[in-house]
Amino acid sequence: MDKLESIKSSSKMNARIRKNSIWKSIFFLSTLVGLVVLAILIVRVLGQGLAWLDWDFLTGRLSTSAERAGIMGAILGTVWVMIVVIPVTLIVGVGTAIYLELYAKKGKFQSFIATNISNLAGVPSIVYGLLGLTVFSRLMGLGNAVLAGGLTLALLVLPILIVSAQEALRAVPGYLSEASLAMGATKWQTIRRVVLPAAIPSILTGSILALSRAIGETAPLTVLGIPALLIPFPNGLFDTFTALPMQIYYWTLDSSLVAEYANLAAATIIVLLLLLFILNSVAIFIRNKFQQRY
Amino acid sequence: MSLSSENKMNVKLNNKDMAVNNINSEHRVVYDTKDLNLWYSDTHALKDINLEINEKEVTAIIGPSGCGKSTYIKTLNRMVELVPGVRTTGTITYKNKNILDKSFKVEDLRTQVGMVFQKANPFPKSIYENIAYGPKIHGIRNKKVLDEIVEKSLRGAYIWDELKDRLNENAYGLSGGQQQRLCIARCLAIQPDVILMDEPTSALDPKSTLKIEELVQELKKEFSIIIVTHNMQQAARISDKTAFFLNGEVVEFDDTNTIFTNPNDSRTEDYISGRFG
Ligand SMILES: Nc1ncnc2c1ncn2[C@@H]1O[C@H](COP(=O)(O)OP(=O)(O)O)[C@@H](O)[C@H]1O
Ligand SMILES: [Mg+2]
Repeated sequence: MDKLESIKSSSKMNARIRKNSIWKSIFFLSTLVGLVVLAILIVRVLGQGLAWLDWDFLTGRLSTSAERAGIMGAILGTVWVMIVVIPVTLIVGVGTAIYLELYAKKGKFQSFIATNISNLAGVPSIVYGLLGLTVFSRLMGLGNAVLAGGLTLALLVLPILIVSAQEALRAVPGYLSEASLAMGATKWQTIRRVVLPAAIPSILTGSILALSRAIGETAPLTVLGIPALLIPFPNGLFDTFTALPMQIYYWTLDSSLVAEYANLAAATIIVLLLLLFILNSVAIFIRNKFQQRY
Repeated sequence: MSLSSENKMNVKLNNKDMAVNNINSEHRVVYDTKDLNLWYSDTHALKDINLEINEKEVTAIIGPSGCGKSTYIKTLNRMVELVPGVRTTGTITYKNKNILDKSFKVEDLRTQVGMVFQKANPFPKSIYENIAYGPKIHGIRNKKVLDEIVEKSLRGAYIWDELKDRLNENAYGLSGGQQQRLCIARCLAIQPDVILMDEPTSALDPKSTLKIEELVQELKKEFSIIIVTHNMQQAARISDKTAFFLNGEVVEFDDTNTIFTNPNDSRTEDYISGRFG
């Protein structure tokens, strides 16, 4: 009792309290670093680009004259690429996840595949660019068409999507599928009518996030040799295209030649960020709105 | 009946069965389990099980935790196969066919044998969709037919009056007891012959438990019911026959009355008088 009293009154207590507040400040500062950097980035980009962002810029064609340049081509290119990426990743990704999670026998082989898919998610994107260049551009002769870019980006985000879809499927409680199987449903009926409907909100959320990753990727596209020349708007899967991040990349590169290009790059960044922001909001909306409690 | 069996216990049990069968001769055997053994990888969970379960009776399976009650009941509709590494030997004859035979289609078995689980497990769908699920997967599309099945099943589970105005509400809004009765109704909708129940009331309050027990009494007029229960009073109240499991073996199987008033085996007596388990 006496001892406790002495500790209470001693300076040790104050030291502990002081230590606590020091750590609290350190953690707060760490958080601040991220916030400050983000704020600087946004302020800078907005300051540089906002004045250049108007309807003509959004709908205009590419031009060497900074005043007349627009990014419609890049927007269309990004849209076309997504038209390839979305179905390919959804079908292949969800299919793979269903196989691994629900059909494959749990064992060495299954965990080997699963581990490697997680590893693939960490492979640098430029490596996917090289793979795309070898397989899609050269071997399949797609060159730098929409399809080549789309398939390359699809490969890039596929591991992310598979992993998140696997998690979504795993989160569906086993007792729901048991209830279905115990009524004589086949495995596929159970998957289609019970497991997938319960998992789809999470799967969608995951795929939108994967998609926004694909939209922002530049490195694999540069490897594929996606141009930022005065090319016509893409109209189909086999047309040459450019995409928003490519446009940013080239304008930034050339800003040493024409200073205004830096502003065009900033304006394009705003468009890209907005797009990503909208996609992420949709993902969050779906997650909050449709996620079931079991 | 295998009088040649070296196992004295089995001989004794089988003799009793004969006696019982003679008294209730209108009851035919629905499940005939012979020399059933089951392993989970290395765990020998069921050992030389021999049981004859009669039609349109309530058969209770009692015994301490981990003695193999759930394993046995899940073998009867082969749900136990969902666990990887399960092996079985022996036979379970259902309608003259060995259901453990690999060629026996589990989907077919499970349309004839419904199951109610320990934890009520309705789908996160409407009450209507929960009941219509079974008929739908078996190909019934006609809305009118489905409506009829839904009503009949809910009536069968004595929950129609409570739920008839709430058919489009999500089943998750129901109380635990209602959810479990909904699951029983869902099971009736596939028009089974047998209903397996694995501790269906263990998560419920006394009032809901009583409702389910009454329901079981009604259902046995039409269905053969096999119920696992942890609650011996429940077994005594609602079952015609009781099997006492211990360490993966059937220690005793007899009329519920006999088991609870005059058991043959001292271990049964110890268990029902609460000396262990
Ligand atoms: N999925 C499983 N994998 C491995 N062993 C299991 C599994 N389920 C049950 N067992 C084992 O089988 C034995 C019987 O279990 P169970 O049938 O669940 O008992 P009860 O329902 O009577 O409590 C126990 O020893 C248990 O540990
Ligand atoms: Mg159990």
